[in-house]
Amino acid sequence: MPANFTSAADLIRFLPEIILTIMGTLLMVLDPILNRRSSYAFGHLSIFALIVALGGSVYAYTQAGPAFGGLLVVDGFATFFRVLVIVVGILTILPSYRFLQRQDAETSEFHALLLFSVAGQCLMAASGDLIMVFIGLEISSISSYVLAGYLRDDKRANESALKYFLLGSFATAFFLYGVALIYGTTGTINLAAVRTAISGQNAPEPVIIAVAAALMFVGLGFKVSAAPFQMWAPDVYQGAPTPVTAFLSAGPKAAAFAVFLRIFMTAFDPVGGDWWPLVWGSALLSMTIGNFAALLQSNVKRMMAYSSIAHAGYVLVALTARSDVGTAAAMFYLAAYAFMNVGAFAVIGHLSGKGERYQNLDDFAGLAEKQPLTAAMLTIFMLSLIGVPLTGGFFGKFYIFKAALESHLVWLTVLGLLNSAVAAYYYLRILVMMYMHEPSDAASKVEPLSLGLRAALILPAIGTLFLGIFPGWVLDFAGKSSTLVR
Amino acid sequence: MSGVPISWYLTLSAILFTLGVAGFLFRRNIITVFMSIELMLNAVNLSFIAFSYRLQQVNGHLIAFFVMVVAAAEAAVGLAIILTVFKNRQTLNIDEIDSMKN
Amino acid sequence: MLIDTVLFYIFALLVLGGGLLTITRRNAVHSAISLIVSLLGVAGLYLLQQAEFLFAVQIVLYVGGIMVLFLFVIMLVNLDEAAKERQFNRQWLVALVAVAAVGAQLSWFIYKGKDAFHFAENAAVALPEAVGNTEQVADSLFREYLLPFEIASVLLLVAVVGSVVMAKKRI
Repeated sequence: MPANFTSAADLIRFLPEIILTIMGTLLMVLDPILNRRSSYAFGHLSIFALIVALGGSVYAYTQAGPAFGGLLVVDGFATFFRVLVIVVGILTILPSYRFLQRQDAETSEFHALLLFSVAGQCLMAASGDLIMVFIGLEISSISSYVLAGYLRDDKRANESALKYFLLGSFATAFFLYGVALIYGTTGTINLAAVRTAISGQNAPEPVIIAVAAALMFVGLGFKVSAAPFQMWAPDVYQGAPTPVTAFLSAGPKAAAFAVFLRIFMTAFDPVGGDWWPLVWGSALLSMTIGNFAALLQSNVKRMMAYSSIAHAGYVLVALTARSDVGTAAAMFYLAAYAFMNVGAFAVIGHLSGKGERYQNLDDFAGLAEKQPLTAAMLTIFMLSLIGVPLTGGFFGKFYIFKAALESHLVWLTVLGLLNSAVAAYYYLRILVMMYMHEPSDAASKVEPLSLGLRAALILPAIGTLFLGIFPGWVLDFAGKSSTLVR
Repeated sequence: MSGVPISWYLTLSAILFTLGVAGFLFRRNIITVFMSIELMLNAVNLSFIAFSYRLQQVNGHLIAFFVMVVAAAEAAVGLAIILTVFKNRQTLNIDEIDSMKN
Repeated sequence: MLIDTVLFYIFALLVLGGGLLTITRRNAVHSAISLIVSLLGVAGLYLLQQAEFLFAVQIVLYVGGIMVLFLFVIMLVNLDEAAKERQFNRQWLVALVAVAAVGAQLSWFIYKGKDAFHFAENAAVALPEAVGNTEQVADSLFREYLLPFEIASVLLLVAVVGSVVMAKKRI
């Protein structure tokens, strides 16, 4: 360990987290000064903070390299996920202006917690050491628990927060047990060093590494809501305030996958032969459970929760491929998924009305007649979730299954494609409702689009289409950075 | 040095962890469920310390220290969430907190 | 040597007995007290392995802080009804399978892996007496682990804000 531990370059590589933390704290300090009634100020400030942090992440990338003695690793992979979670943060705040106002619940704390959560996720994306993974994960998780239960007087939100919290802590304990075993056998928790120790001359007993990998898989499987650890997701997603649900399904999930990929592709890569059947099974189970359960739901938020389980399954297919191509495909897919899912949830939140009464499939009836723009945007997101060409979802699935085929996972590919076909049914059901039915109660009462909401619908739609029409740019970057530090 | 072999410590830790898992999965009272998570975290810490002692490093001590910090943070937030649940429903029975199934 | 073994057994008994009572007692206060016993047992095991600093932290933070918080909450909520009801939840069969799986995995691991740790037995020599454990921990904490230490403050801030959001009068 060098004597001058903190260098300027280290701080630059740590810039996004610094910005987000300072701005989060500042928001709470400014709370009494900013007038409560002109309460858009909090939202504006958070968006400003996130945009600055976005700049910070890009600037940090110009100084790419390990920081703080290997605790952080700022590479293309980290930057990709940092940018992704920050964008998700922005796209969460845009629709929540109106949403929070409607529920009469605008406070600085909501935005501060959101910023802290994003900071935690940035940390996860850039951590090169299991202790940083753990602390970043906890910052992200604890603020998410509170955000899920933010509307405290709503029974559903309570339940959501409680389940998220209990299952999340349970998962953390499993993850930590895995870390303990890794520490015990290799004497280090630095991912690169673990890799060296595992593949070196006197490698430890493979049994222990396998058990450690399995325990970490359980912990992270909970966080990304992969089957068989998915049971919390439907209740949590349904009960949480809709903008928060959008956030949970995109931000923490992407960050957890970033950690997943980094740990399994860096540290556990040498023992890949031992863990891939586990991921294979989980991927198939997630896709199947997610898609078939989604068919049965009448509540749209719950349906989207199951759909999010299924999408976690697709990303796990990419992980099963155990190749750089697979990693790049997973990165691309997570970006596409973030756009389409956050956009879809923005529509759901917009329609749900005060107290989130309208969440059922029937409530979407006739939306196209009342609000063509909203319906059109939702159509783009749904088509992308199905995986129709010209949308980001299509290329996401395409690259994932291509990577799977290159790694000779024929069966998984076939079953995954069958699954996507099943999924088309429940997404199309919403479109049929919107375009083919008489306006429902909810659709007639729907408010005009505010500016924030307009942005919250159009920006993800642009993102989705951009990824669908020019996938090359993002994919090139993902491909370049998918070779993780080894 | 301690004459107790490390496998004893690891066995103890594994049993304690399994006890925590059992408590988490079987009990209905949310507070007891949460206490089971504390058992699991302590089992993990026990492993960290045992490994750390055998490896002659203090790194394990530090990780265990951070685990405790996180446990404290989780306890504060978790108990606050549990209190709001109780305030809204007057029950802490996990089977009854299930209002969202179709 | 012998005294270590005896102490290990005593503490292990506290840990497991306390843990077992924690998950089986009807009354939540009894559970909490048993958990305290278990945590004290763990603290004793820390002491046996020269982790004096963590021994102190375990008692001050866990037993003195976290468990007091638990007891407060148990006092605040009325659990008299709950103590009379059935104690185990509906999904006990699923739970049984899951616990069996975890237990089996861990015992298999210990059975298979116990030889893998002998590296450590040979290497284990007493820490240099001149440097205390607390000093070593501090040295490492403020050098190698300075970043996590600082970040942990963000974590605690999040916990404070989160608890306030959950508890304050109006959102």
